[in-house]
Amino acid sequence: MRPVYITGVGLHPFGRFPDLGLTALGVEAVRAALRDAGLGRGGFQAAFCGTVYGGVAAGHKVLTALGLSGVPIVNVEAGCASGGAALALGAGAVASGGADAVLVFGLEKMPRGMIRSSFFESWREEAGLAATPAYFALRAQRLMLDGDVTLEDLARVSVKNHRHGVANPHAMYRRAVSLEEVLASPVVCEPLRLLMLCAPNEGAAAVVLSARPAAPAIRVAAAVLRSHVAGSVLGEHTPLSGLTDERVPTPTEMAARAAYDDAGVGPRDLDVVEVQDTDSGREILSVEELGLCPPGGGGRWVRDGGGELGSRQPVNASGGLLARGEPLGASALAQIVELTWQLRGAAGSRQVPHARTALAHTVGRGANACAVILAR
Amino acid sequence: MADGRPIAPGLFDVDAGEPRLIAAECVACGRRQFPAAAVCPYCAADGTREIRVGPAGRLELYTMVLRAPPGYRGPVPYALGIVALDGGLSVVARLTETDATRLRPGLPVELVVEPLFTDDAGQRVVSYAFRAAAA
Repeated sequence: MRPVYITGVGLHPFGRFPDLGLTALGVEAVRAALRDAGLGRGGFQAAFCGTVYGGVAAGHKVLTALGLSGVPIVNVEAGCASGGAALALGAGAVASGGADAVLVFGLEKMPRGMIRSSFFESWREEAGLAATPAYFALRAQRLMLDGDVTLEDLARVSVKNHRHGVANPHAMYRRAVSLEEVLASPVVCEPLRLLMLCAPNEGAAAVVLSARPAAPAIRVAAAVLRSHVAGSVLGEHTPLSGLTDERVPTPTEMAARAAYDDAGVGPRDLDVVEVQDTDSGREILSVEELGLCPPGGGGRWVRDGGGELGSRQPVNASGGLLARGEPLGASALAQIVELTWQLRGAAGSRQVPHARTALAHTVGRGANACAVILAR
Repeated sequence: MADGRPIAPGLFDVDAGEPRLIAAECVACGRRQFPAAAVCPYCAADGTREIRVGPAGRLELYTMVLRAPPGYRGPVPYALGIVALDGGLSVVARLTETDATRLRPGLPVELVVEPLFTDDAGQRVVSYAFRAAAA
């Protein structure tokens, strides 16, 4: 297998854009990434597009609009990890020699309100079992019961990520919030408050992968997707890692282990990390599962200032999903864009000094998780 | 069973006035799943036997749902929880309790089958839920 490099990245900011169609969002991100890579028509041999709600041929429509169709185009769905799954497929195509360069992108215009998912059979919806934030709340309660995580710790995650988001011009929410403000925001599902949950929204992100490095050379040291094994989630119809049998590794633990092996690095070697923070509890669990703190140590981690910009190992310097919002197909690739900027030293006022090794993590319905390690 | 159409077939029944969930136990590894299916998700064995579980359970986790999620046809607010049943099976279920202060992890609960909503054809639809067990 040959090395795979990131040679171009592009983004459409995350937010709400009632005047723009889904294809237009994708066009902006793809155009920016190709410009960054110095590629045009004929410059890539395959394209992988992550989307969950984008419908039939979402990726094809973007490349058609740019006059870039004619290569194999695969639309990829893996829940919140869709963009990561697309990246893993693209990296495999380059590493194997099947393509010299590939375009990976993701795009989404999420419906407003509580996410509706065809994951649930209609009777589960009718019975009230398709309440996605409720599952996040159960997971947060589990963290609070099993470990030393407090309600204030959940709020601290939100305060941190919102503070980071102020410096990110591509984020949806760019306002710092206080601990008191988070705790006083409306309860959505006890113990989770509104400001502890990310907002579904719209956006697009794109990455060019190549067998030949650009300057500076940023290598995809690992790109791993893993789905759940039975028992790591609560029953086959409500997969949500972190709820059930602790003897069974979760999708995130499996993906992280394989990614660390592939890259030949461990959690301590990471300079900057982006993790899934669909809700505050998810970030704490992600940090534990990735080995950034000891098992059960996530509450202490956030109380001690873990993950803050300026700390040893910033987590979600971009503001994470809590500040950016979550367009499912695009969110994982926006992490890759952010980390590429960080490794290039081009992240502006949220730059992590001397960042050389980075990890991106997404996990979502399926259940599946993706771990990507980048190295400069 | 309360009068009305079950929300889905094969989920529950009532035997001599006592509601039960219809689960399946793997003939190879013995692990249980709900709803019942023919293949074991844990060991991939192509063989399970139908069993009845409940009505007694223990509440593991719970939260309150304040606004109706997509497709939900019943009243709000309602509680949603994880209930541990005998034999190592946990299920996610609606709880009849609407006051979170009366819920706690470890609370003994019992299965009930009761009307949840009336469908578009005017028929009552019954579903399963758990309530605090009688002391």
